[in-house]
Amino acid sequence: MANAFWFDFEKDVQDLHEQLEKARVTHEQGKLDMSDMVQTIESKIKEAQKSVYSHLTGWQKVQISRHPERPYTLDYIGHICTDFVELFGDRQIRDDKAIVGGFAKIDGKPVMIIGQQKGRNTKQRQLRNFGMPNPEGYRKALRLMKLAEKFDVPVVTLIDTPGASPGLEAEERGQGEAIARNLMEMAVLEVPIVCIIIGEGASGGALGIGVGDKVLMMEYTWYSVISPESCSSILWRTWDKKELAADALRLSSSDMFKNGLVDGIIKEPIGGAHHNPEEAYSAVKAAIKKELKSLRELDKETLVAQRIDKFSQMGVVLEPEDGA
Amino acid sequence: MATEDHGFDEFDDLNPSDSKWYVRTLSGILTKTKDKKPTPDGLWEKCKRCKEVLPSKDWIDHLYVCPSCNYHDRIGSEAYFHLLFDNGKYTEINAGLTSGDPLSFIDTAPYADRIKVAQHKTGLTDAVRTAYGKINGTPLGVACMDFAFIGGSMGSVVGEKIARMIDHCIATQTPFLMISKSGGARMMEAAFSLMQMAKTSAKLALLNKAKVPYISLMTNPTTGGVTASYAMLGDFNIAEPEALIGFAGPRVIRETIGKDLPKGFQSSEFLLDHGFLDFIVSRNDLREKLSTLLSIIWNKKKH
Ligand SMILES: [Zn+2]
Repeated sequence: MANAFWFDFEKDVQDLHEQLEKARVTHEQGKLDMSDMVQTIESKIKEAQKSVYSHLTGWQKVQISRHPERPYTLDYIGHICTDFVELFGDRQIRDDKAIVGGFAKIDGKPVMIIGQQKGRNTKQRQLRNFGMPNPEGYRKALRLMKLAEKFDVPVVTLIDTPGASPGLEAEERGQGEAIARNLMEMAVLEVPIVCIIIGEGASGGALGIGVGDKVLMMEYTWYSVISPESCSSILWRTWDKKELAADALRLSSSDMFKNGLVDGIIKEPIGGAHHNPEEAYSAVKAAIKKELKSLRELDKETLVAQRIDKFSQMGVVLEPEDGA
Repeated sequence: MATEDHGFDEFDDLNPSDSKWYVRTLSGILTKTKDKKPTPDGLWEKCKRCKEVLPSKDWIDHLYVCPSCNYHDRIGSEAYFHLLFDNGKYTEINAGLTSGDPLSFIDTAPYADRIKVAQHKTGLTDAVRTAYGKINGTPLGVACMDFAFIGGSMGSVVGEKIARMIDHCIATQTPFLMISKSGGARMMEAAFSLMQMAKTSAKLALLNKAKVPYISLMTNPTTGGVTASYAMLGDFNIAEPEALIGFAGPRVIRETIGKDLPKGFQSSEFLLDHGFLDFIVSRNDLREKLSTLLSIIWNKKKH
């Protein structure tokens, strides 16, 4: 299948896909027997994919995580859950469309599933505020998590945000307080929490629904304290060093796993989830089922203690040699 | 891309890529802050805001709060410890923890060098110091940030020292005071820095369960990931007057909305009005007000 949108670094793969398409059309029109040609191109595509996607830079992975055809939270929910009952609102201000959530079932087992939602066209992007939640979004997420705790239902969060919304209203309504509250409450929530970065994991905006027993990253996603663009702007004082910043931040799934800051990586279809969404949905579903199965076996005290212990271990400090 | 700002732009004295102080410090011209001698009599200093001129000794006596306009000039951890603890006596813990460089981070200079320069320039080991002592006879644990150290940015050392101080407060049933003063996360520690938000918040959840009081004092400035974690999680969220407190920095918000911010936006007074602070307290009243509060909620006889 061909995408509508390709990155520059995918040019080789894109060209071959276009050749393949032409060969197929010719074949189907019955003008010529192109089956050998189709096979040749298909194997060339496999080789090109290997060489293009096996040495991606940090910045290229960031680009893939933002691909406009990548599956979003509601796509995953639609394909891996049944009986999704979407729940709205923070009970205080309004419903934040940048965060969606509700009860659902995965292969018959109940879950509370929550995630940031991006939009696909201009209108939707505005409605979803580009996946940048306001404080009421984080408060809605917390309300739903507390509901899940009350009914002893595990929580799954899908993270995909370029950051928490920066604006007058967000500040007036306490963006910092809302995120902080979620970090503290999630740390001691007495049901299993599995968090999956499905796209962008930008800073506190991502962490605000990201304190989990298991935090997994899909292969071509990023997670860090700041976007490469903003990092470039602040540390290099220019927007042009985003590639350098992306590498320096070690924000890819493989680096984050290596550094012990996430618990696992979910393999994506080659080139990214949008190349084969069905495959991505089943990989995510399988990962959720596997993690929840083992987490369900822990009693509440152990679960919470292990979660707090895991985050307490994060960080690299040097102890003084004299033990002072 | 609009993500939250980490405040670095707002304050000229913390630009980590400012090559001027970098070079000057390396050549050893700057004096360590810690080594600064008390200003001798006969010297005068000017209020940074109203330009009132007072003898240096008066500034020290007033805790660097301007007697005419109430401007709260920035002070460091040592000054806070002295003004809070009885007879200025305290025990510092984990003073020797220093930063690793887990990512071998290099922007316009290596992070490892920046750390050394900041340590040399300030005489501090990192951007927070933790100590315990007594306030009007009641035991108190304090973690106080130092803005002079890379803009009070939060990296692994900041998170770890705060976490250990909270552990100490839980183990000894000691009320905890956090004094925040930070431009936000330390970008050179990337996601390690981000996870300090989760770490400190998780520890505060345990402190909360132990029913030990937590007071969060926000001072100028408190922004970014610090606001979005421990600074906003107090049983009592309080602030010095006119401090800048926010999640996104003013510059980022300005760029996002494309216009100037209303006067007083993200000030302590603004946060009080919007319901995010319990009260604003002048530095000169801090010790007394904390003692009063603790005398009501924390029975000294228990200890
Ligand atoms: Zn003044």
